Amino acid sequence: MSLASALLDEYASAGTQQPWPRVVVDADGWRRIVATLAGHAATLISLWCDGSAVHLSLYEENARPIVVSLDCPDGRYPSVGLSHPPALRLERAIADLYGVVAEDLPDNRPWLDHGRWGVRRPLRDCAPDAATGDAYAFLTAEGPPMHQIPVGPVHAGIIEPGHFRFTAHGETVVRLEERLGYVHKGVEALMKGVPSARAAAIAARVSGDSTVAYSLAFSLAVESALRVQAPPRAVWLRAIMAELERLANHFGDIGAICNDAAFPLMQAHCAALRERALRCADGCFGHRLMMDRITPGGVAQDLDDKGVALLRGLVIDVRKHFPKLIGLYENTASLQDRTVATGTLDATLAAAFGAGGYVGRASGRTFDARKNPAYAPYDDLAFKAPTRDRGDVDARVWIRIEEVDQSLLLIEQCLGRMPSGPVRIGLDGGSREGDAMEGVALVEGFRGDIFAWVRLAENGTIAHCHLRDPSWFQWPLLEKAIEGNIVADFPLCNKSFNCSYSGHDL
Amino acid sequence: MRKLLLTSLLKRSMTEPPPVDDAAMNAELLARLDAVSRERLGRSLSIRQVDAGSCNGCELEIHALGNVYYDLERFGLRFVASPRHADVLLVTGPVTHNMREALERTYRATPDPKWVVAVGDCGFDGGVFAGSYACTGGVSAVLPVDLHIRGCPPSPTALLQGLIALVEHSAARR
Repeated sequence: MSLASALLDEYASAGTQQPWPRVVVDADGWRRIVATLAGHAATLISLWCDGSAVHLSLYEENARPIVVSLDCPDGRYPSVGLSHPPALRLERAIADLYGVVAEDLPDNRPWLDHGRWGVRRPLRDCAPDAATGDAYAFLTAEGPPMHQIPVGPVHAGIIEPGHFRFTAHGETVVRLEERLGYVHKGVEALMKGVPSARAAAIAARVSGDSTVAYSLAFSLAVESALRVQAPPRAVWLRAIMAELERLANHFGDIGAICNDAAFPLMQAHCAALRERALRCADGCFGHRLMMDRITPGGVAQDLDDKGVALLRGLVIDVRKHFPKLIGLYENTASLQDRTVATGTLDATLAAAFGAGGYVGRASGRTFDARKNPAYAPYDDLAFKAPTRDRGDVDARVWIRIEEVDQSLLLIEQCLGRMPSGPVRIGLDGGSREGDAMEGVALVEGFRGDIFAWVRLAENGTIAHCHLRDPSWFQWPLLEKAIEGNIVADFPLCNKSFNCSYSGHDL
Repeated sequence: MRKLLLTSLLKRSMTEPPPVDDAAMNAELLARLDAVSRERLGRSLSIRQVDAGSCNGCELEIHALGNVYYDLERFGLRFVASPRHADVLLVTGPVTHNMREALERTYRATPDPKWVVAVGDCGFDGGVFAGSYACTGGVSAVLPVDLHIRGCPPSPTALLQGLIALVEHSAARR
């Protein structure tokens, strides 16, 4: 019997959550779940707090995902991170924002709170603070020939801010430690008490490169909470946008990874393909990144015949040009020399952390949220989720290359089978039961699975929204993948992961 | 690879004409830009981009300025890795409190004369993040801003227009 069904038998279900069940457990039940996670019999989807309870979402093979909750009236709960490290940073973030503490948390340094907000525990009591900035004790690496290289938060390229602390032995990286939180914008607090339309605009700006995926995750969660569904045509249009976003990002990444291996020719050609995808998006949906195009209840804009032609044109265009670039990637020895066997991520670790997207699938994971738990229209479409098991930069490039092909096939299928009809519904028609209503969603963004949990108040405003970027579980793995590589290969490894700073820092 | 390079050499360039609708205005703008940048900056305006809390949307479009369609460098504008090499700070985001000091230090590290361009609706007034405990609420809350380029995110065309306007603005100010 799966842990989920055992929990459902044993504990009271909080009956308002859709589409996965939520059960309220006691501390013993919580510890059992932690033991299951630590034993790798289940994968952690997310861990979050709403002020009075902590919630944990997980899935097991061949079982429906589940959310479990533990009330913590005294502001403490048994630590998950103590025996299951992927939860560590989530627990540190909960302590920063809510003052709710994981007992025996092995690392109690603040994570998102740098001591600069002017307040502490902004989601509990907003205790005033001098905002003088906290010192941060980086982990040490000992031995006489070591030296440290601090990098960031302002980086040399046009990328997001974060701090990397390298300890190196000559050219070899002995330890990398990340310090993030620089772009923390207070998303959870901003979403509290606002109408879902306003919250949707914030969700769309959690991570700009995944705006479609975030809007989709948020909208699905809100629609689930309200027990409504977007019209069929909107469901298919959403998939087209999601695949277009995946294409654009994969082109950008493939080019940028090669550029970091000092091969700008690939970058120039891939950037041109990316630009064409963005222009196609603009022509079809009225925004290059398709921001705010997916909203709770449907999509903002229907696709007309001109848009269909643009999409078909893009598919042809990519099929014509992309294979030449794949050939170039494959047959350039100097490039292969940099990407093959660089930044290897071990399969066991990828599985333990539930690494999403190309990071996980390049290290033997098969998980793709479009396949499982699956959501419309993907449950009705034929596509593959490519996997590799070498776990190096090259494997992460290849996953992207193969996903480009799959996204083109998906767009074609969507165009061919999309029904006609309305593209949005009003949300006032959603049934209300007087209780707070909750919805969850897991959506496959280009980078990996994005989790959304929404609790609506009786008046339909957002009582609480938790969004978990795939980067939460990928960032720690980057620290591991770079170990033993040379410092000069860090940009290459980093780009092959392409974790989000903004999505993580919230 | 040789084949690809050869095709690129023989094919017509994908780079588009500068982003102005009116051809005459276009020519005039270009001529002015040329004269002004040549005179003031030796035809080189170096830009240091700083993400001060952006969602990364603005960065994606700033990146696009370097692709063959927009080809920023033909206007004498280029991105540099260090603020010490920069004339312009191109700042995105609502300026989070956690990034404020890093932004101020970057500004101080940039030699005079320097200009600050705030990009995006967040950089203008904090955008959807305005009012948060974690944000200062726009670049001008922290640095003197010479030019705002609005948009969420602004398109590469809007960014180009803004940067071209900046060259004129900076010339007029001095």
